[in-house]
Amino acid sequence: MKRSAAPLLLFLLLAALVALPQVLPRFHTYVAAIVLLTALLATSLNLAIGYTGLYQFGHAVFYGVGAYGTALMLTRSGMPAPVSFLAGPIAAAVLSLAMGLICIRLSKLYFGMLQISLGSLVWAVVYRWYSFTGGDDGIHGIPLPDAISSPKGSYYFILAVTALCVFAMHRIVRSPFGKVIQGIRDNPVRAAAIGVDVRRHQLASLVIAGFFGGVAGSLFVVVESSVFPDMMFWTFSLEVLIMCLLGGMYTFFGPFVGASVIVLLRVFASVHTQYWGLILGTILTLVIIFLPDGLLGVFARRSRPKENADA
Amino acid sequence: MDFAANLFSSGTLSQILVGLSRTTILFIVSSGMSLILGVLRIPNVAHGSLYMIGAFSAWSVIQLLGGGLFAFLAAMVVAPLIVAAVGFVLERGFFSYLYEREHLMLLLLTFSFALILGDLVKIVWGPEYRSVTVPVFFQGSAEIFGLPLPWYNLFLLVVGPCIAVFLWLVINKTNLGKIARAAAVDGEMVGAVGINTGWIFAFTFVLGSFLAGLGGALIAPMVNISLGMDHSLIMETFLIVIIGGLGNMWGALLGSLIFGLTQSLGILIWPQFGIAFPYLAVVAVLVVRPKGLLSSTW
Repeated sequence: MKRSAAPLLLFLLLAALVALPQVLPRFHTYVAAIVLLTALLATSLNLAIGYTGLYQFGHAVFYGVGAYGTALMLTRSGMPAPVSFLAGPIAAAVLSLAMGLICIRLSKLYFGMLQISLGSLVWAVVYRWYSFTGGDDGIHGIPLPDAISSPKGSYYFILAVTALCVFAMHRIVRSPFGKVIQGIRDNPVRAAAIGVDVRRHQLASLVIAGFFGGVAGSLFVVVESSVFPDMMFWTFSLEVLIMCLLGGMYTFFGPFVGASVIVLLRVFASVHTQYWGLILGTILTLVIIFLPDGLLGVFARRSRPKENADA
Repeated sequence: MDFAANLFSSGTLSQILVGLSRTTILFIVSSGMSLILGVLRIPNVAHGSLYMIGAFSAWSVIQLLGGGLFAFLAAMVVAPLIVAAVGFVLERGFFSYLYEREHLMLLLLTFSFALILGDLVKIVWGPEYRSVTVPVFFQGSAEIFGLPLPWYNLFLLVVGPCIAVFLWLVINKTNLGKIARAAAVDGEMVGAVGINTGWIFAFTFVLGSFLAGLGGALIAPMVNISLGMDHSLIMETFLIVIIGGLGNMWGALLGSLIFGLTQSLGILIWPQFGIAFPYLAVVAVLVVRPKGLLSSTW
């Protein structure tokens, strides 16, 4: 893709997304909203995994905590809605920092396995804590402000927040901080040698990724007005990872594309079959074998970073 | 405090013994994962699915042979062999072409196998629960310190150490084991001296799969055999392997002990959140020793 064409394409995409609810029926608007927030989730994960090279395998937990944080504030605190919508992502960022502090000393695969396991711990607590989180039933009928409770209203809210967050993440990736984390990804030893505080940058990247993952979770509350523990189950974490991989982990918009494809496929497939796992697994296998750089990776100019020795 | 009352009641000992038989299953499954992790450097997410296939296959074999002790013992051999065959197909059919790739890709590939195998199990065995009854031979309980302990649990307590000794012999005393250990440390060098590392990897993967299948077959009489059984197990196995030390078989044993015991005692202490205790133990271990309790012996 030529650099000059990109802004025009993005502008057209945005215009199409704004026009969408005017032309599409209600169910499709709902699906589009899910696509948007899932794309935001995948993009936030990619900050950690694609840009920083940290094996963030438990990302759905931040999504879930963002959603539960917002949902619990909306149903119980009596605080104004904007506070609730910030509380979820902040809780996710704090959790991300805590998990990061435990895992950050470990090498890649260890880091990833521990992330996914700690995420399971959080899931287990949410799943069992009936008096606080509603346990495996989740929380339903969450009261939303009038402006975002209609299908169109919620769609536009989600579009606005997603666009804003994606823009912010794009700026972060292009900033000096973004260059540093990419340097850490490509060669942590060299980064440390030129005086970069590797751990601190990695932690910062995890917190940012956790925060935006939490935002995606809050948006889920807007669409569904309910939350349930399965949204933070580890299989969903890996599914989000697949979205990044499918779209292209080393491109900024790859995860966005990957998430759109997977969510749409899932909606389509669930009408026809109960074997979604079989379909997703087959797609993933094919992508890994034939398209390791993902759909957008095909167009990317810069090749992937070389694999460093790790265990 | 009823916490303390629970902990010091006479039920504690039997709970410990039950925890130990759970430990056996965890050890058998996680030693298989540890083996694969140590030699192939892949956290095999499909390991839980292999365990599930082991349990379902054991059910099928027992159904086919009409129950009884012989059918049960046959299932304990045939089911793991079926799983080993699945492992062989996965390794030779897919992994063997992709070892040069990033570890992340390999991990995701194992996840895609987990998804596919999960649905294949649903297609082959259907979505219903299955259960296997303990053969008459193992029914009833022994009295230990005045407490009843089911014979089947005692059987598991014998099987666990046998598997540990068997694995120790394979890894330390056979040529194949020695080469596998060498391949784990430096696969390139092993290849350079003329050893076909591909077959070492295949052997390791098949042995690991066999152990996963054996764990599934052994647990079949104790639980409902269900489609979700792979999901909960895989996290536990991951954690056991992490706290034990990557690729260390004794570490897998130690990790399983910690997990099995905190699990069974945690339920005594705090029934609602008992499941969280093993995880807390894991965090505690890792804060003190980030690389696991035992060093990687590979």
